[in-house]
Amino acid sequence: MMKISPKTATLLVLTALVAITPFFFPSGYYYRVGALIFVNGLAVTGIVILTGYAGQISLGHAGFAGIGGYACALAPVHWGIHPALAVVLGAAISAGLAYLVGRPILRLKGYYLGVATLGFGILVSMVLNNERDLTRGPDGIEVPELGLRAVLKDWGLNLSNGEFWYYFCGLFLIVGAWIALNLHSSPAGRALRALHGSEVAARTVGIDVPRMKLQAFVISAVYASVSGSLLALQNKFITPDVAGFMHSIEMVTMAVLGGVGSVLGAIFGAGILTLLPQVLTVFAEYEQMVLGLVMVLVMIFLREGLLPSILRRLRGRGE
Amino acid sequence: MTREDKATLLSVDGLGIAFGGLKAVNDVSFAVKPGEIVSIIGPNGAGKTTLFNMISGIYQPSMGRVKLSGEDVTGVEPHLLARRGMSRTFQNLQIFQSMTVLENAVTGYHLSEKGPILADLLSLPGSRRRARAAEEGARKLLARVGLDRAAEREAGNLSYGSLKRLEIARALALNPKILLLDEPAAGCNAVETEEIDHLIAEVAASGVAILLVEHDMKMVMRISNHIVVLDHGEKIAEGDPATVSQNPAVIAAYLGADAEVSHADG
Repeated sequence: MMKISPKTATLLVLTALVAITPFFFPSGYYYRVGALIFVNGLAVTGIVILTGYAGQISLGHAGFAGIGGYACALAPVHWGIHPALAVVLGAAISAGLAYLVGRPILRLKGYYLGVATLGFGILVSMVLNNERDLTRGPDGIEVPELGLRAVLKDWGLNLSNGEFWYYFCGLFLIVGAWIALNLHSSPAGRALRALHGSEVAARTVGIDVPRMKLQAFVISAVYASVSGSLLALQNKFITPDVAGFMHSIEMVTMAVLGGVGSVLGAIFGAGILTLLPQVLTVFAEYEQMVLGLVMVLVMIFLREGLLPSILRRLRGRGE
Repeated sequence: MTREDKATLLSVDGLGIAFGGLKAVNDVSFAVKPGEIVSIIGPNGAGKTTLFNMISGIYQPSMGRVKLSGEDVTGVEPHLLARRGMSRTFQNLQIFQSMTVLENAVTGYHLSEKGPILADLLSLPGSRRRARAAEEGARKLLARVGLDRAAEREAGNLSYGSLKRLEIARALALNPKILLLDEPAAGCNAVETEEIDHLIAEVAASGVAILLVEHDMKMVMRISNHIVVLDHGEKIAEGDPATVSQNPAVIAAYLGADAEVSHADG
């Protein structure tokens, strides 16, 4: 029997989930929920690279999502750039900013780094809120149509708006996961995981620790940025909340809940935390409480995160 | 410096460091030649590991110089020293716990396997080829330290003695000119100690200079070409094993009541 690598297995599972789940959707509304899961999953995959691989925490990654989102809102209107190019532009700005901000910030460790990144996120969110002339402030701003759906229609592929964004974001998630999995077992990914394990040992084998951390920070910023762009484009509207503190916390929570060391786990976490509020509406005002309780219990009993813990138990039973 | 000449690989000259006014290491000098095993001994707290940390760039010395192949490398970052041919192991294990044994060894090949990050992200053939070459090298090294059968296991699950050997394999992967070993035999049983003993001699025979900190006196006396004795951060003696073990200052300061140990294999 041919042995399937964890990378292939993860990609197969993801592709199957994206392709098969729609057959069980009771209504078109679920395409929207699915697309939201994929967008969150993409951002969270970036967190896996930064936190799961390299062991660095960021509580401000929503700032990059904000940049990606507002690039799609502003660049087409002000500079006449196509929205698709605006996604790339947003990613480039996020990468550049991550590089500039990351250099001084990544010298910090643990909660100092957490607070510094938190500050960065708040800064972006404040700019988006206060630069009313450009961003129109807290009320948000419209985002132009991507236009790809119309192109597909011309080619004979007629998708509803919900379907289009579901498959489009699903594709981004699969490619994002593929890249993160490539990195995992590559020389650079191994260096990141090594410095996570022991910085001093990593340095003595020749790993340029500050440089590697910076690379992980920039890559994860690009993930967050593209995720923000996709969110803005599919909603055709964006508010500064996308860059807000809560969104940053949400990204980290999703990743940690699902299993920050594993791409599939973190995406699973994104799925759970995106779905749970929808399910928990029956609890009405207790929704937040149940959500908090679930997180506390997972962290106490399933430290590695939901998916890795479940898999470990299943494997343990098999032996 | 008496022993320093053109063949000297590593020379340490008047090296010292103070932590908050306390001189942990003061004015220590010695030299290491290719293929030579030089041991640093001394009682606990004598400053051996601190000295190692200064030589390997982890601490910035407050005085003195370190030269590698004739070039001043005082206070140079560890990852740059690695490029110049220095690698080391740690007294308190510094293993990448959540990685496999094989991956731990492969990280030792970082300098030869690293490439453009884009190639790694897209898993381009170049990136895969470099990773594969590093993996092959690592497997050979694991076989050399007797860990080949544990290659796929998570490193955190290995015994202490095995992890010590894994650290040596990882350090050897750099293909170093000088290898700093901080208590490689600590916590190992007699058989494991002997294996490490052979391994060190073998590595030295291939022309690699070895700087060793070790508490196992029998081992030190058996394999060292030269011994430097530290006490309270200062060098109190140096010489070949026979000379050092007869030195009254050494016996008084370091060996004390256990003086007979030094003569066991001296």
